[in-house]
Amino acid sequence: MSDTPETRRIVIEPVTRVEGHGKVTILLDDEAKVKQARLHIVEFRGFERFIQGRPFWELPVLVQRLCGICPVSHHLAAAKAVDGIVGVDTLTPTALKMRLLMHHGQFLQSHALHFFHLSSPDLLFGFDADVNERNVIGVAAKYPELAKQGILLRKYGQEIIKATAGKKIHGTGAIPGGVNKNLSLEERDQLLSDIDQIMEWASGAVTLAKDYTLEHLDDLSGFGSFESNHLSIVRSDGAYEIYDGGLRAQDAEGNIIFDHVENEKYDEYLAEEVRSWTYMKFPFIKEIGPEEGWYRVGPLARVNNCDFFDTPEAEKECKEFKGLTDGKPNNITMAYHWARMIELLHSAEKIQELLDDSDLQGEDLVVTGERRDEAVGVIEAPRGTLFHHYRVNEDDQVTMANLIVSTTSNNEPMNRAVQKVAEDYLSGVPEITEGLLNHVEVAIRAYDPCLSCATHAMGQMPLIVELMDRQGRIVDRKIKG
Amino acid sequence: MEKVVTFLLDGEVIQGQEGQSIMQAADEAGKYIPRLCAHKDLTPHGSCRICTVLVNGRPQSACTQPIADGILVESETPKVNQLRTDIIDMLFVEGNHFCMFCEKSGSCELQALAYRFGITAPKYPYQFPQRDVDASHPDIFLDRNRCVLCGRCVRASKEVDGKNVFQFVGRGVEKRIAVNSEQGLKGTDAEVMDKAISVCPVGAILKKRVGYAVPVGRRLYDHQPIGTASEEETTE
Ligand code: SF4
Ligand code: FES
Repeated sequence: MSDTPETRRIVIEPVTRVEGHGKVTILLDDEAKVKQARLHIVEFRGFERFIQGRPFWELPVLVQRLCGICPVSHHLAAAKAVDGIVGVDTLTPTALKMRLLMHHGQFLQSHALHFFHLSSPDLLFGFDADVNERNVIGVAAKYPELAKQGILLRKYGQEIIKATAGKKIHGTGAIPGGVNKNLSLEERDQLLSDIDQIMEWASGAVTLAKDYTLEHLDDLSGFGSFESNHLSIVRSDGAYEIYDGGLRAQDAEGNIIFDHVENEKYDEYLAEEVRSWTYMKFPFIKEIGPEEGWYRVGPLARVNNCDFFDTPEAEKECKEFKGLTDGKPNNITMAYHWARMIELLHSAEKIQELLDDSDLQGEDLVVTGERRDEAVGVIEAPRGTLFHHYRVNEDDQVTMANLIVSTTSNNEPMNRAVQKVAEDYLSGVPEITEGLLNHVEVAIRAYDPCLSCATHAMGQMPLIVELMDRQGRIVDRKIKG
Repeated sequence: MEKVVTFLLDGEVIQGQEGQSIMQAADEAGKYIPRLCAHKDLTPHGSCRICTVLVNGRPQSACTQPIADGILVESETPKVNQLRTDIIDMLFVEGNHFCMFCEKSGSCELQALAYRFGITAPKYPYQFPQRDVDASHPDIFLDRNRCVLCGRCVRASKEVDGKNVFQFVGRGVEKRIAVNSEQGLKGTDAEVMDKAISVCPVGAILKKRVGYAVPVGRRLYDHQPIGTASEEETTE
């Protein structure tokens, strides 16, 4: 740790956080240049303790409370781990496909929410536009058709979640070794009746994100961008995968660091660093070390990491995406939006494929196996790789839980993005300008962090930015939203 | 021939047999009186007071109070229902009831009562008591956080199972459900098929590894509030 005694004095106590606001502190050196930027994010550690002593079969439902934004991801990651606890490595086709359908429904609704409601105002009106226009209401007024598509895409995703998990939020679909329901013909037909429309809108969303990125490439290439490693799961043949696959990491140049790592061995390859100023941990690739071993997760990392998509439309778009950087990893922060929409399209394609599969009407829902006392569940959540690791005693109680959530992995990248933006917009004057505030917000949002504030206030991110000198004195402070 | 007893329940003439409780007679007439500690296969206990009715203007528990000719019983009145609502409100804050991840959710009588009485948020401050779980038995999980001290398990174990697995210890806010072995449930002769295991109205006594096997939409109270048909539909 490079913290000096002076800077350590500015640890932010939980009580000083403003409810629902993201908080950024920018540390300056003696020349008033940016030394470091820090984004303060909610912590999950208390939950890991709370889980202890609970019976393991509660986990998939209990952990959904971790996050109000992507509960399905926690539900499925925990369910995969709990499958391991009950000794099940292979689900029935019905159970697997029901879970996949739920997962893609979640991707569709989460990505649609993020892109249409939260990010499109930045893209459509420009980062510097007045916040009174640059919000989802502004989009609805000026681009009503687009706003409608966003709402209906999201709603469709939620309907899929309801059909697979029983409820739109905090359902119970996945249970140890399988699922508790199949998809009725009624539910299937209902969902099938809208899928063509969903596909069309999803394609349109990719085009919008792509055209935007390509048109503004000169500006976006440098905006909050930096080289980094990328981590995700991939299928055994290298295909894009979000539910079940081995871990792959590559560096900024596209050199593979590790590949097809079994989920159970994640902690042989990844470690987490604790820093004095935050409760949040900083994961890194062990082999490289904490200084350089941090990595990005989420849409950008996944599209970078996969060799191909196994659905035709998404694969076409992926080729174009990869073409921009000659097949090397794309390190542009704002390219997250484009990658995210390719994923949205892929999920729409997958949903269509699954709905046409009669396995979803199968009756064989659960398998059992030989009980184990430890298991790991890894999936790709909309925001990135999600790790759930549990140990269970012979009385069926959880004795250890370790979770690495997506936003934790993107912690360092978000700090870097903020730092980059701060460097560009703070030129020797220790003052927070409107431009700086806006650009910090846009850079953080590209990562779709699951801060409670990120979905607050109709797409505006309430944000506090503080400038601190070397002695830890606040020299400027602005609140937005 | 048993003697027929006639009385008025919320202005309606009800006939029952001598010796019946107000609750029994009301059930037979298809009139639901809310309840928690009472169970059709167990002797009444009269402890939760959710079945409180006014008998000739005086509060009585319907599960224990015998019917009598000519009594005036008030049950579905704003005053009585307010009383019940207050009790349910208190039960929620007295224990640690986290419905959102409780596997009994949707089939829980306490939750169903709360819905029936329109309780959506607690009125009183949460007490967050310190309560233990007992996971020692291979097939049964006891979570005291959710116990409402109804005593059904105590009575079922004695009266139906012919065992003596459960008992209460402590008084007042310290009162807890206990098991008759220092090693916990595994030291008792409790078995998963015992009546005592299935009568718990909440998620305090559970069969292990059942979890959320019943999907949302097919649980006991997903479509009908508690008491809609008759007592028959409540926990076994
Ligand atoms: S464990 Fe269940 S049945 Fe026994 S007293 Fe508590 S709530 Fe009633
Ligand atoms: S049901 Fe009568 S007192 Fe509990």
